[in-house]
Amino acid sequence: MRFRLIFTAGLVLWLTGCSGQQSALNPQGPHAEHLANLFWVFTAVCSAIWLAVMIVLVIGLARRAPARLDPLQLDRGRERRSVIMVSGTVVGTLLTVIALTALSFVSQRRLFAPDKPAITIKVTGLQWWWDVRYETDSPDQIVTTANEIYVPVGKPVAVKLTATDVIHSFWVPSLMGKLDLIPGQENELQFTASRPGIYRGQCAEFCGWQHAHMGLVVVALPVPMFQTWLSSQSLPAAEPEDPARKKGQEIFVSKACFMCHTVRGTSAGSRVGPDLTHFASRQTIASATLPMSRGNIAAWVLDPQGIKPGVNMPNVPLTPDELESLVSYLEGLR
Amino acid sequence: MIRVLVIAASLALAACEREDRPLRSEPVPGEQREAIALASNSPGQGGPVEKKSGTRGEYEKVAFHVSQGKKLFTWYNCAGCHANGGGGSGPALMDDVWIYGSAIENIAASIREGRPNGMPSFREKIPEDQIWQIAAFVRALGGFVASDVASSRHDEMYAHEGEARLPAPPQRASAQPGLAQPK
Amino acid sequence: MSTQAAAQEDVRDTHLDDAELHARLTRTWRTGTSLIERLSSVDHKVVGRRYILTAFFFLCLGGLSAVAMRLQLARPEAKLLGPDLYNQLFTMHGTTMMFLFAVPVMEAFAVYFVPLMVGTRNIAFPRLNAFSYWIFLFGGLFLWVSFLLKVGPDVGWFAYVPLSGPEFSPGKRADVWAQMITFTEISALAVAIEIIVTVFKQRAPGMTLDRIPLFVWAMLVTSFLIIFAMPAVMVASTMLILDRLVGTHFFNPAEGGDSLLWQHLFWFFGHPEVYIIFIPATGMVSAIIAAFARRPVFGYLPLVLSLIAVGFLSFGLWVHHMFVTGLPQLGSAFFTASSMLIAVPNGLQIFCWVATLWDSRPVFKTPLLFVIGFFFIFIIGGMSGVMVASVPIDTQVHDTYFVVAHFHYVLIGGAVFPLLGAVYFWFPKITGRMLSERLGKWNFSLAFVGFNVAFFPMHILGLQGMPRRVYTYLPEMGWGSLNLLSSAGALVLFTSFVLLLVNVILSARRGPTAGENPWDAGTLEWATTSPPLPYNFSRIPFVTHREPLWDNRDSLPVITGLSVDTRETVSGTLTEAFPEIRENSPEPSIWPLLAAIAVAGTFLGSIFTPWAVVWGSIPVAITLTCWFWPKGTPEDEK
Repeated sequence: MRFRLIFTAGLVLWLTGCSGQQSALNPQGPHAEHLANLFWVFTAVCSAIWLAVMIVLVIGLARRAPARLDPLQLDRGRERRSVIMVSGTVVGTLLTVIALTALSFVSQRRLFAPDKPAITIKVTGLQWWWDVRYETDSPDQIVTTANEIYVPVGKPVAVKLTATDVIHSFWVPSLMGKLDLIPGQENELQFTASRPGIYRGQCAEFCGWQHAHMGLVVVALPVPMFQTWLSSQSLPAAEPEDPARKKGQEIFVSKACFMCHTVRGTSAGSRVGPDLTHFASRQTIASATLPMSRGNIAAWVLDPQGIKPGVNMPNVPLTPDELESLVSYLEGLR
Repeated sequence: MIRVLVIAASLALAACEREDRPLRSEPVPGEQREAIALASNSPGQGGPVEKKSGTRGEYEKVAFHVSQGKKLFTWYNCAGCHANGGGGSGPALMDDVWIYGSAIENIAASIREGRPNGMPSFREKIPEDQIWQIAAFVRALGGFVASDVASSRHDEMYAHEGEARLPAPPQRASAQPGLAQPK
Repeated sequence: MSTQAAAQEDVRDTHLDDAELHARLTRTWRTGTSLIERLSSVDHKVVGRRYILTAFFFLCLGGLSAVAMRLQLARPEAKLLGPDLYNQLFTMHGTTMMFLFAVPVMEAFAVYFVPLMVGTRNIAFPRLNAFSYWIFLFGGLFLWVSFLLKVGPDVGWFAYVPLSGPEFSPGKRADVWAQMITFTEISALAVAIEIIVTVFKQRAPGMTLDRIPLFVWAMLVTSFLIIFAMPAVMVASTMLILDRLVGTHFFNPAEGGDSLLWQHLFWFFGHPEVYIIFIPATGMVSAIIAAFARRPVFGYLPLVLSLIAVGFLSFGLWVHHMFVTGLPQLGSAFFTASSMLIAVPNGLQIFCWVATLWDSRPVFKTPLLFVIGFFFIFIIGGMSGVMVASVPIDTQVHDTYFVVAHFHYVLIGGAVFPLLGAVYFWFPKITGRMLSERLGKWNFSLAFVGFNVAFFPMHILGLQGMPRRVYTYLPEMGWGSLNLLSSAGALVLFTSFVLLLVNVILSARRGPTAGENPWDAGTLEWATTSPPLPYNFSRIPFVTHREPLWDNRDSLPVITGLSVDTRETVSGTLTEAFPEIRENSPEPSIWPLLAAIAVAGTFLGSIFTPWAVVWGSIPVAITLTCWFWPKGTPEDEK
């Protein structure tokens, strides 16, 4: 029940505007906090330097030193003073640079120091969605989902990143900096979520037409709720009882849907597109592009090319009755 | 001088078509049901009655469609029977034997309707546009597609040369009976 | 000239009076008026002017693409441009600005002004100069005509593989990009070689190394950067086109290649590239400050050493573009150190300029206003650069609008503002007329305000999570208002460029006449008429000071002894510029244009078939042979 409540709250938050949900300046985990603090220190130092130079420049311009008749007539004393001032400033710059480099290096070591992760998630980037696998020791407990990552609050999470087509980049600013997903290479990122909540992320490496809409969602749950979620996700889809949903399932496995999607518990087992077994338990549709709702499901299924032109999901012609049943079926895949 | 300009203009317009990126299919694709003749003769005057839209016949001239077809060929597991064009339980697609004709309409019809001896029917399973994209790619495998449209290689392990670099299939000495001749 | 002419009397400029000298030199050095003669011109001023105009034309095209992008991004989920067209536009914007505007315009000013500033009659290798212009023009036209024919690239100006590889970029779009790179690099390399040779060997006698103007030093350092950096991108783009056309596996991980190899090669070029754009601008700043502060720039030696230091250091920064690719942490940290370290020589330059302005009574004309704008904007850019140089901070801001803000601050603030100042500064020399001061001040104000309103909000957008290279964004992200503000600023900035165009057009015909030295500046380009005569100087100056015109206010000492009936320049030693020999300068020739056409045709064909390179090499060989065919000029040993 609390589960539902959090999800509804998340949905409401989403609908009322999630500005700040994807902000590096709104850290929700120790790594992101560390990064935000470092950022503010740098900003303060750099702004001070800029301001100092500007003040000196403005004073220098406004000073109205006596005009020279002969441009080559330079006062030796003033030139010597300038030498001292400039040399001093250069030395100051060098020291500042060294200090900032040292600060950055120390931060870098703290930030990327590997921790023993409580959970490892494998994320594969594809054009233009995220394939998410929770790997466990027992193969029948492997959870495959898409575009949404659930993590336990307060525990270090390791994300193993790779791609199968082009280079993408995994970035959830409220939790951690980004790391690329490169075909042929596996990168690892670690982060911890301090509080329960829903955090949005987005692909940050240009990957083609729908790079702009390749978002992802990280949901941080308290540990027991996370465990409940994980076990429910490993179950196959329940057999539909409602006749409308039954019809929807028939359409799903006999028309174009099954060619690309998996719903465990049915004969649909293609790995080309996202796993839809627990589709309706997600916060969003189409890589965090639309909030989860019946209308949005219908819109996405009917016309994906209108919402995300160029995406790999084709427009499939469906009669209104077929659409109605199919949407009911999908809505029930919790 | 005029001739040079005309040639240049036609080359330029050809560029326009090759580089089309139609991200959205034509409207109401379901209503454009193509009717393709599976035989070349029919009684009475004139040939068989056909209804071809013609627009999808041009897919093999558009690099985007050929490239999508290549992706779909893997995704929909055509390689399961046809391998990467060399054939297996299904016939090879890279040679010059076209049991049901090599025109793109015939290939699309094979995919959509299925064929006896094992080719499944993908009607309603694969949307019409994608069927034609796969057909355009199969045409590339057969060597019918211009080399600037077809892909030169793929980013996986190198099972076969890219379609643009496949050698032309060997010419057969005599026409074998029972097999439709390639168009 | 035939051997017969050598037997004739060799008329030198020693004993001729001014009128006769002018007449003979004009006859020898002029560019004719017929079409063929104008296409054959090897006069560095003619070629330089063409270069400047063409580069500004590409600036317009790049700017229009940017305006289109900003209009699309002004509102969330706007339907003005679809993803395909937007991707093409941002690729064209980046490619045009970086390859067809920023580098060529700096080279253009060098081609025009370096020979004048070092006191010689023509640039070294003048036919190569003409060839490089034609290659640049053809490369730019190639790219833009392709864009209009829907074959324009859509993979970004950086074209990362595997997206730009054969599987994910079907058709010829990325091939056009890859070959266009090669065009512009040939052009840049050619100009770099000419500049180095001109500066090393053709300086006016007496112009020792420590009397070389700072703009010339800047161009010299830039030329070395070009020579060492450009080949990396040519290699990368050639590997890309081989992958796409021939089926090699340089970037195919499944067959042993590596996607990161592209990034290393590209950014090994890409980082020096931005210094290739910035260093000439620092030379322009030095020139303008000297003239308007009415004193030589403070700290000549530190400034020269800074230029050289920046040049060297810029080759050690490239990995800072790859901090989030998963490279080892210690290696990345090294590049943080080097990226921050380059702030020291850059800072030294700024402090020297500020010291110059401190100790002066500045004349606040438009060129100096643009330089003040440069200080304001570039230092912000430099500071945001210090921030992104840090690996941890970069993991948050890489590939977001924060970086877009950073590089526009350093490139527009650091290069375009000095460039606009240089346009106002040197326009009188090039055309003989002054640009309107009133329009100039409006130009500056609109540019300054428009730029900051357009780009400052992008720092905030990046931190709020907006990635780069997105054709739209969701309304619920809350980025709409800042984007709208940014687009408004972009339109104001665009208006300022329109104002510049208006100013240039009006003043070129009807502006007040400029004399030889309207700003009373000190370097040699102001020692000749405005516009300069085809032969630059009636007699080669003899240089005794860093600011020759301030040192010799009444009359400039000259040397004599050059021939007036053949094209001759003085060639001297490297450090002391002690005259050694009289060098023949080539006559006008149509072969550079024809060779450029042959090379362009070869590259155009090569995007369709590798055989084009084989068949295309025949006309290239023929045109080059005709170009280099010995002309039997009289020997230099007189």
